[in-house]
Amino acid sequence: MSAPNNSFDPVEVTPLHPDEVARMREEALAAIEAAGDLAELKEVRLAHASDRSPLALANREIGALPPAAKADAGKRVGGARRDVGQALKARQAVLETERDERVLIEERVDVTLPWDRAPRGARHPLTTVAERMADIFVGLGFEVAEGPEVEAEWFNFDALNFQPDHPARTMQDTFFVEGPDGGESGLVMRTHTSPVQVRALLSRELPVYVVAPGKTFRTDELDATHSPVFHQLEGLVVDRGITLAHLRGAIDAFVENMFGAGLRTRFRASYFPFTEPSAEVDMECFVCRGASVGDPDAPCRTCSSEGWIEIGGCGVVNPRVLTAAGVDPEVYSGWAFGLGIERTLMFAHGVRDMHDMVEGDIRFTSAFGSEN
Amino acid sequence: MRVPLSWLREYVDLPADVTARALADRLTLAGLEVETVDELGSDVKGPVVYGRVLEIEELTGFKKPIRHCRVDVGDANGTGEPQEIICGARNFAEGDLVVTSLPGAELAGGFRIGARKTYGRMSAGMICSASELGLWDDHSGIIVLPEGFGAPGEDAIGPLGLREDVLDIAVTPDRGYALSLRGVARDTAALYGVDFRDPADVAVAAPTGEGPAAEVDPALCDRYVLRGATGFDPGAPTPLWMKRRLHQSGVRPISLAVDVTNYVMLELGQPLHAWDRAALRGPLRVRAAGAGEKLETLDHVQRSLDPDDIVIADDSGPVNIAGVMGGLTTEISSTSTEVLVEAGHFDAMHIARASRRHQLSSESSRRFERGVDSAVQLVAATRAAELLAELGGAAVETAYTHIDRTAEREPVTVRASHAGSVAGVDYPEGTARTWLRRIGCRVEEEGDLLRVTPPSWRPDLTDPNDLAEEVIRFEGYENIPSIPPRARSGRGLTAGQRLRRAVGRTLADAGYHEVLNYPFVGERDLDGLQLPAEDGRRAALRLANPLNEEEPLLRTTLLPGLFKALARNVGRGFADVALFETGLVYRPRQGAGRAPLLPVDRGPGADELAEIDAAVPEQPRRVGAVLAGDFERAGWWGPGRAATWADAVQAARDVARTAGVELEVEADQHAPWHPGRCAALYVRVGGERLLVGHAGELHPRTVKAFGLPERAAAVEVDLDRIERARPPVVAPEVSTYPVATQDVALAVDASVPVGLVSAALAEGAGELLESVRLFDVYTGEQVGEGRKSVAFTLRFRAGDRTLTAEEAGAARDAAVALAAERTGAVLRG
Repeated sequence: MSAPNNSFDPVEVTPLHPDEVARMREEALAAIEAAGDLAELKEVRLAHASDRSPLALANREIGALPPAAKADAGKRVGGARRDVGQALKARQAVLETERDERVLIEERVDVTLPWDRAPRGARHPLTTVAERMADIFVGLGFEVAEGPEVEAEWFNFDALNFQPDHPARTMQDTFFVEGPDGGESGLVMRTHTSPVQVRALLSRELPVYVVAPGKTFRTDELDATHSPVFHQLEGLVVDRGITLAHLRGAIDAFVENMFGAGLRTRFRASYFPFTEPSAEVDMECFVCRGASVGDPDAPCRTCSSEGWIEIGGCGVVNPRVLTAAGVDPEVYSGWAFGLGIERTLMFAHGVRDMHDMVEGDIRFTSAFGSEN
Repeated sequence: MRVPLSWLREYVDLPADVTARALADRLTLAGLEVETVDELGSDVKGPVVYGRVLEIEELTGFKKPIRHCRVDVGDANGTGEPQEIICGARNFAEGDLVVTSLPGAELAGGFRIGARKTYGRMSAGMICSASELGLWDDHSGIIVLPEGFGAPGEDAIGPLGLREDVLDIAVTPDRGYALSLRGVARDTAALYGVDFRDPADVAVAAPTGEGPAAEVDPALCDRYVLRGATGFDPGAPTPLWMKRRLHQSGVRPISLAVDVTNYVMLELGQPLHAWDRAALRGPLRVRAAGAGEKLETLDHVQRSLDPDDIVIADDSGPVNIAGVMGGLTTEISSTSTEVLVEAGHFDAMHIARASRRHQLSSESSRRFERGVDSAVQLVAATRAAELLAELGGAAVETAYTHIDRTAEREPVTVRASHAGSVAGVDYPEGTARTWLRRIGCRVEEEGDLLRVTPPSWRPDLTDPNDLAEEVIRFEGYENIPSIPPRARSGRGLTAGQRLRRAVGRTLADAGYHEVLNYPFVGERDLDGLQLPAEDGRRAALRLANPLNEEEPLLRTTLLPGLFKALARNVGRGFADVALFETGLVYRPRQGAGRAPLLPVDRGPGADELAEIDAAVPEQPRRVGAVLAGDFERAGWWGPGRAATWADAVQAARDVARTAGVELEVEADQHAPWHPGRCAALYVRVGGERLLVGHAGELHPRTVKAFGLPERAAAVEVDLDRIERARPPVVAPEVSTYPVATQDVALAVDASVPVGLVSAALAEGAGELLESVRLFDVYTGEQVGEGRKSVAFTLRFRAGDRTLTAEEAGAARDAAVALAAERTGAVLRG
């Protein structure tokens, strides 16, 4: 049919005969109308609108016509193809609407079915809170320093200006490690993260801006608010011209990032051998913001209606500590702080009992996910 | 230190409108932390009045003797008639002045007084005891007041001091001076800018002759005072005001002589001792205890003395552990009439050591180890002797002993602006001088410098920063501005720190819950792990003072803690549990010596630090995990999948992959794992193969020992070693040419590890290989007894062309050939 034919009469080229074109058009439109769903319509499109459909084949014949006949035949075939195309489009829309209304509804599943085939675990909230706390300071340009948990007494006490028989040395109930022969080893389970201060000063170039999160150990029995193993975040800055005002600025940045903007902080004079002057740090209760003080009708469980929450201790690094760490206290000064990580978690997430943090019950960790 | 407010006000002109709570807040901010304010008697309501017992009628026929009393209460009862009151106490007589609470009154603890019929009579009110009034603990009967104390019907609440606010101050170890009313008063006066009357600022007349003989070791005691009071009436009662103050201050009233020494200690901060002088033999000596000496102390404990103890001895031997506790035999008794009062200034460090050695923390030792005024001894002893005279009818001996070997204090030189530069505040000129003088320092100015001589009661003030703290706390810590710190830009977290976080997330995502276990273990745990005697994990550090005698060791592996946490969860009803922990284990170094105590007056040298490092144990960071039950749950989709050895090994691979490290896995036999289901895990560091841990199913004995579910699996790897194996990552060239896939099934001996076959295929396939992956393991008739079929998919791809079927086939053949050579594998048809 498509073979070259040089001696033909256009009217005699069957596919281009007006009746034949009309018939093909009618057939196509009828098939389109008869298509019951999108799959059938796809078949119809293949049969009547593809490159190998009768109308498409007829269209190819036009090129062989003498110029005078081309326009007329082109018009005829083109019009038919256009009609078929429009009918397809219209039917497609109708069937898609139908499908949307009927078929997709029939394919409905119960999306409330569980798929907890391989449930996720969770990281411990003490880990993630410690990371959040450290990250606040990393954001301020601090680095994270580390040290051993079984520590030489010299680092844990002497270098931090705890004198051998001073009562301060017994304030922190210390786990002592036995020597191999049952004698003294000179080792303790570190009672605070402060020995990392000395290690950082000995191993880093000045100025030093570090935080050191980590485990600490004291001989306290486990109860609702104590644990023999707990965590602290130590902070240390040693630079030229450092003052208590910079310390307060760092504490304020921590409180704002951890607990919310606009919370006041306050320093109370205190005593630690490794800082002088020393202070305890309180922050305004982020729950009642002090409104519960003296108001027995609206007690605050978070701050016990004190209005303030103690979050840690801090102070100016005692020049004796700098000396023991080989830093010239005439040139450099610094400050340090220690924040309780358990305390921060308790306040930030309303944890009521230390047992929950140490027992490893998966219900506890599950609540926190892997990044909190 | 408990401070009754009315007592404090004797020394401070505190404005009347300053409440106890307001004062507590001020003191707390200034470094004297007030833990509680006890509002004693705030719940007491009148009428509580004086009464005179007019008539006592003894009632009989009851289980105990009962008195029916008629008590004159003036017109406090509204009638002026005597009040009829039933009383069970017997320590009073007609005519005695007593304290009577009348109907409508409310005593401490919400105890309401009414009129009621009891023992067949009406009783309208109560004759009160000291305990009932909240004055002090006394169950011996009602309180009988001395004549002249008050008149019947007058209010007794005020004069008896039932209403009192007491501040309980947690005194920090540096502020020994605040363990006295005198010290707290001085700070209070400074805080409020009001006058302070120093109770120690009294002149003591010079001795009229030599007092009791004493010989004092100046290294142990630099001031020593002995003052006698003679003709003391041992039956004289302690006056009510003194008993009340002692009780409010937390000290139990005992007898006048003892009460007086305690009272003066509270007032001035100087611990005193009072002996029955008749019980002492010969001159007193303040000396070190001799070897083998013993002393039975006041608490009836026989104590072996240490040559480091300071003792007071007479000819019979030690009579006191100086500054800690007195001896029993020389104690003041109910018949003592000759009292010798001692006030010493003993060396603080000796007292601290003795207190710890004898596990004896007394009011005295607490003060000495925190620092007692080195100049107050004569005033204190004199004050006590005078009180014994005034209240107990004694005569103060005018000859006394006063040995003073105290040295002049060296002044501390400090820039006047130092406090300001520590605080970051520009204090006005003269600020430091003013405050330092206020707390008793002598301050001389030399240009910009201050030469500061701290007072005798402040041994804690030795450094410029100590002086700065004093200035800043009075200027107000709350007035320190907040200036953001100005760190240089930091380097962020280290690669290792980031890796640790990523490993935690990897395991949590894989289904494991993180736990943080205590590092304490016992021999039983190590036995439960089935560790052989020579296993390195048995060489654990031991605590000298463990909390639990069953767990004195420090962990050398994370596993026991993980097992216990797993068992705990199972016990709480969770059958399907997977846990992990990241933490340090403690591995003692062979032959490690004692960690040295280095000097602190300079930085340590490299050799000194090396010596410490050699003594501090290795503390590698481990990751451990344990799992049991179903690792994938059963559900509407089908059955679950039990946790197996393979999950444990995969956890290790996941951890390593997080670091970009591939593990090499080999069969091994290693406790506490099942000997047939234990994998040893290796990494490559440089050319060296390094063991990083083990994984697999646990040995049934371990499962039993720790009460774990059957077939529980576990893994433990050394994160530090995995980190060391981290390769530098070089980005791959991602080819866009099509892949050529070839499947091969190989028959091998059943004992051949798949890992070996896989490695041989990978090596043999050459560089066109993109990946090799096992997709089936088959045993059965078709491969024959003792054989297995392992099927792999090999994917080949070139970076520069589409591979032909021949190229892919050749590469596959090369892979199979090497597998055949290495493992005896035979290609199956």
